Amino acid sequence: MAVPVSRYPTFSHGVHPPESKDDTRGLPIRQFPFAPSLVIPLAQHIGKPSVPVVREGQEVARGQLLAEADGFVSVPQHSPASGVVRRIGLVPSIAGKMVTGIYIEPFPGSSQEVAEGERCDLDTATPDEIIAAIQSAGVVGLGGAAFPTHVKLRAPEGKHIDTLILNGIECEPYLTTDHRVMLEQTADVHVGIRYLLKATGAERAIIGIEANKLDAAEALEAAIPEDLPVTVGVVQVKYPQGAEKMLITALLGSEVPSGGLPADVGAVVVNVATAAEIGRLLPHGRGIQERVVTLTGPAVRRKGNYRIPIGTPLRFALEHVEASEDVSRVFLGGPMMGQALSSLDIPITKGTSGFVAFTERETGRQPPEYPCIRCAYCVDACPIHLNPSQLGLLAKIGDYERMADELHLMDCFECGSCSYVCPSHIPLVQRFRLAKSVVRERRAAE
Amino acid sequence: MSGKTLDIDTSPHIASGASVDAIMRNVVYALLPVCAFSVYVFGLTALVTLVAATVACVATEHLLSRARRSTVGDWSVVVTGLLYGLTLPPGLPVWMTVLGGIVGVGVGKFLFGGLGYNAFNPALVGRAFLQAAFPVSMTTWYPPLGAERFTALPSSSLTFPFATPTYDAFSGATPLAAMKFDGNATATVDLLLGLTGGSVGETSSLLIVLGGLYLIARNMMNWRIPAAILSTVYVLSAVLHWLAPESYPGPLFMLFAGSLMLGAVFMATDMVASPMTSAGCWLYGVLIGALVVVIRLWGGLPEGVMYAILFANAVSPHIDGLIQPRVYGTAGRGGT
Repeated sequence: MAVPVSRYPTFSHGVHPPESKDDTRGLPIRQFPFAPSLVIPLAQHIGKPSVPVVREGQEVARGQLLAEADGFVSVPQHSPASGVVRRIGLVPSIAGKMVTGIYIEPFPGSSQEVAEGERCDLDTATPDEIIAAIQSAGVVGLGGAAFPTHVKLRAPEGKHIDTLILNGIECEPYLTTDHRVMLEQTADVHVGIRYLLKATGAERAIIGIEANKLDAAEALEAAIPEDLPVTVGVVQVKYPQGAEKMLITALLGSEVPSGGLPADVGAVVVNVATAAEIGRLLPHGRGIQERVVTLTGPAVRRKGNYRIPIGTPLRFALEHVEASEDVSRVFLGGPMMGQALSSLDIPITKGTSGFVAFTERETGRQPPEYPCIRCAYCVDACPIHLNPSQLGLLAKIGDYERMADELHLMDCFECGSCSYVCPSHIPLVQRFRLAKSVVRERRAAE
Repeated sequence: MSGKTLDIDTSPHIASGASVDAIMRNVVYALLPVCAFSVYVFGLTALVTLVAATVACVATEHLLSRARRSTVGDWSVVVTGLLYGLTLPPGLPVWMTVLGGIVGVGVGKFLFGGLGYNAFNPALVGRAFLQAAFPVSMTTWYPPLGAERFTALPSSSLTFPFATPTYDAFSGATPLAAMKFDGNATATVDLLLGLTGGSVGETSSLLIVLGGLYLIARNMMNWRIPAAILSTVYVLSAVLHWLAPESYPGPLFMLFAGSLMLGAVFMATDMVASPMTSAGCWLYGVLIGALVVVIRLWGGLPEGVMYAILFANAVSPHIDGLIQPRVYGTAGRGGT
């Protein structure tokens, strides 16, 4: 597919969905009020769920530990408000099933005052102490993956991390949280980078930003302290530029080996808002109690970027921003990789970067599916250079083994570019998702 | 927002808006100027041929796909019909036109499984059938720019089905035949503008190129295929002409004569029957270009575009098997 010539680096292939960011990119982050009841799932991250350390009826302060990490690949939860633990039981989750969580009832007039814990002093802390502090702060990837950040900061045995990459790409349409954080929390970002550089032992840091956020690039560049080895790397506007591998290729020119980790090419990638959060929390020994969320879409009247307490029910959030009564579709995250929600009762969690809400008026009819005409649009779109057309034909007949063994199915990271461009409207990535989970199950069973 | 249900689906929730019917419709738009110019050059008989070819193809598709759901709506058969009509000689009896259309869509497309599964370009299958069945009619050429072309049909057009057509006032040869058998070259400017004898659509190279550029600009045609075909023909014939100017025609003549332009731009680029990768498309185009030169200069026929493309169509899946993109983060290629 034709790509506009640009002086900025990028990866090969990819697509250009409409950005749809104009409604919120210029709106400063605003503080959200407390909902009458906050819902804190114990598993807001990839890994083992946290273990409650409070009991029902207990009073908690804002920032107090609610649940502690269970092992290394796990993070604790902190109370987003001063209030009472009403109940520890089942809470609705994004996936649809009920999971264990904690209900907090904030005190009326609960202030934004936060309890402070043990500070992590940048000058005296060892890398291991910083990594432990990041875990204690409950930090996970705020870009949406919600993978515990501290886990990837320690280079695997025999590997050395020389470059820390800050991911400020935000290539999903509609979302503008990272953009605003970069503009408004430049100091936090650079403090976070200091912690991360020391924790990983990396010699330098690069902040990757798409060319549609040049104001953020300038702000961050201007604020770089003299002694900090940080550069800002502006890259082309293209989806999925924000994918870890694509960003590494654009900035470093190297490819992460199939099945490998960024550490294999000496890099570690951390979301820029995650770095800002580390810079905000660690000097005070605090844990995550809130995050920036973009609430937007045609169904939302007061669109914007809001700092929302973790656990705020989506229904409360949408009412607060005066969402239309006839909202019919809500995506968690952007429209390319985000999830369509089946219920408004789910809470905002650490991995929630935004909600895009639509009414029935904007929801088009599903166009008819045609046979594959081998136009190769998908071949030219796939950032991993797979052959989605051929994979799609194999998926249709259920030959998942061949897809995985011969056509690199497991390298697909489900960006959805193939489905986006397909003129036959074949649900390619949807079928690959299914195929991948079947292959994973079979391999686990072996 | 109260108790209402939400619609769910799996991501991506947005699409680029590209669709098969839009692509096919745009190919039709790109072909319309070519068709209009043919009607100007050959008159009523070109119009009758194009209409008969398109109606025959569309009707065949409709009847054959009716069992499940008529697939006429994807517009691909309209493209096939127009392209098929453009490859026929003007003055061809209507019943032959209809028969070839039925064979092209019935055998060339539906026997293979319909849209997306046709190994060969159905329009060329129809033409190849006629070429084999009615070699005389398929090589009898109606003269261009005849004085009465808008008022009368040639006598052959309305021949009773399965009767032998009678031809009168027909010119002897196309530029390629004149070249091959008599050694007369036609002026390149006439070829470029299309004021020469030949098939309905092998007239104006200029309009064909413009149509192709339109589709390339809309990302609905892989430009590598015509680029590879045309540059291969140019280079090969330039070398041969330089070696033996008396025996071989010049490269410009080779480019603009006959159905090369129509074939390179609109026939070889059939998405279904051409390779998927860029490298594969280059190889496929070079193969067609080389075959065209070989058949034209050393074969028994004056024109070889149709057979060159059909042959390359057959090879196309093997090119895809051979050339696959290199998967990110691996040393090897994606296919096996």
